[in-house]
Amino acid sequence: MIDIHDLRKVYVMGEEEVAALAGVSLQIARGEYVAVIGPSGSGKSTLMNILGGLDRPTDGTYGFEGEDVGHFTDDELADFRRRRIGFVFQSFQLLPRLTALQNVELPMIYAGLSPKDRRARAAELLERVGLGSRMGHRPTQLSGGQQQRVAIARGLANKPDLLLADEPTGALDTQTGEEVLALFEELNAGGLTLAIVTHDPEVAEMAHRRVSFRDGLIVSDERGRPA
Amino acid sequence: MRSFELVRFALGAIVAHPMRSVLTSLGVVIGVAAVVMMTSIGLGAQQRVTQAISGLGSNLIIVTPNFQRGPVSQAAGAGVSLRDGDAQAIAKQVENVAAVAPLVRGQAQLAADGANWNTQIQGVTPDYLIARDLKIASGRMFDENEARQGRKVLVVGPTVAKELWGDSDPIGRRVRVRTVPFEVIGVLESKGQAGFGQDQDDVVLGPLSAVRSRIAGRRSRGDSVQTIYVKAVDEESLDRVQEDVTNLLRDQHKIRQGDDDDFQTQNMASILEASQQAVGTFTVLLAAVAGVSLVVGGVGIMNIMLVAVTERTREIGLRMAVGAKRSHILIQFALESVALSLVGGLIGLTIGVLGAFAIAKLGQWPAAVPAWAGPLALGFSVVVGLVFGAYPSWRAARLDPIEALRRE
Repeated sequence: MIDIHDLRKVYVMGEEEVAALAGVSLQIARGEYVAVIGPSGSGKSTLMNILGGLDRPTDGTYGFEGEDVGHFTDDELADFRRRRIGFVFQSFQLLPRLTALQNVELPMIYAGLSPKDRRARAAELLERVGLGSRMGHRPTQLSGGQQQRVAIARGLANKPDLLLADEPTGALDTQTGEEVLALFEELNAGGLTLAIVTHDPEVAEMAHRRVSFRDGLIVSDERGRPA
Repeated sequence: MRSFELVRFALGAIVAHPMRSVLTSLGVVIGVAAVVMMTSIGLGAQQRVTQAISGLGSNLIIVTPNFQRGPVSQAAGAGVSLRDGDAQAIAKQVENVAAVAPLVRGQAQLAADGANWNTQIQGVTPDYLIARDLKIASGRMFDENEARQGRKVLVVGPTVAKELWGDSDPIGRRVRVRTVPFEVIGVLESKGQAGFGQDQDDVVLGPLSAVRSRIAGRRSRGDSVQTIYVKAVDEESLDRVQEDVTNLLRDQHKIRQGDDDDFQTQNMASILEASQQAVGTFTVLLAAVAGVSLVVGGVGIMNIMLVAVTERTREIGLRMAVGAKRSHILIQFALESVALSLVGGLIGLTIGVLGAFAIAKLGQWPAAVPAWAGPLALGFSVVVGLVFGAYPSWRAARLDPIEALRRE
């Protein structure tokens, strides 16, 4: 599904050039559950941003189902994010003015769904993440774990091909973190392709494949769960 | 996406901070209210001026003495240079004239049946009614014979009739003008206020010779008149008649070529035009001053929109992450700015219209809300919202989604 070849991302900081990605090649197949691990500054977040269509590579190719995402225009990237990608952030990124239901509806508004259709689907998704009784609550009335589950429901709204999660358990305590990971496991079992960025080895262990980064390069790519 | 959703986003953000939204649009409220009120006041003034001037009579030329030629200049109208003969010559020799009406006037105390009233008495000929578009409400006007003989009869204005006799019929009553007894033979139809509080009904008309000899007194010599009204048959011939009258009077007065006229002619149409233009300029000036506050209101909106973009940077980043295009963000914030301005415009329009009516009702100033005030005010609000929302919206749309999501 994803085919990255010799991907480079260079930031210019004053006089200096910093290579966040120094030539990364990676394939991810449909249905995989990948953890991207590495210390901060290793380039893993940059990779996630490019995978998600939030950023463009300086060099190299990014193919997604045969589409050349690396050379998309801003508008094409917006369409790509809307159709193909679901995001889950460390800090949830829910809009505080909106209820859980309205937050989940948001991506579907940009997709042009009718109010009736998107409300029905948002309700269904909230049921699925176990928040059927909290649909009318605003983010401030929900616990951290609940907020992250709303965010996951939102990420699934437009039936993405890939769900990208950036430190999804970083702001949660151990138990709610485990609940979120259990939800990921369940979603992946249902066929969803997942990529999680984390620096937490315990979180990475839940994934079926671990790609480690250091200084803008992949240093290891392990498959299977460690014993 | 569906375009009404963008409207909903914009309105949602405004409703989320009702107090802030109202305060933000306050500048536009004041600006629009001021523009509406000022144009209403201007339009009202224009209508009053038109009414007042055309109330004098249509297609009318007013001839008045200018100044007595000689070493000492006097104020216009003070000299004696117009005579009965001038009026007769105009009537006889100038074409396209519907009526010529010479006039003398004086202020006099009227006494009748125990009541007193001080008013203007005008000595006229029967044609005066035609020249000034006046009508008799009851009784009759004196005729040529009575005018020539100087019969002591009067036609009174409605105000005079009311002041002296209340509701009872004044026809046939005797009234003393100073010490001279006159008989009332007619009452004029009301012409109402002539703009700015001048009562056109507070007048009495008497035969020219009678008024001249008995009332206007020493100031008027045997055959002098103070004003000659010349009514042209239609508007087209007005300028031509004015020119002919001027030439004829110069002949009559034996004014040599190159010398100034000892009289002046005023054409009602040109007076009307000039004063309407003056009032129009004045209105535009007032509205322009009021318009400045609209600009100030716009700056207020821009300020708050910039704050909103900063506050909602993360929201913008998230919207982009879930698939919003830059154009969606741009339009959302532009609509928010326009909506803020439009709300201000609607409130301002309401206040402006109410204010104009209040001024018309309570103050002495006439005010009329023009029909185009509504569209104009709302159009202006939309433009202000767009112009001053453009920069903040552009800033919002240019944000980098990664940076935006990272912002605290």
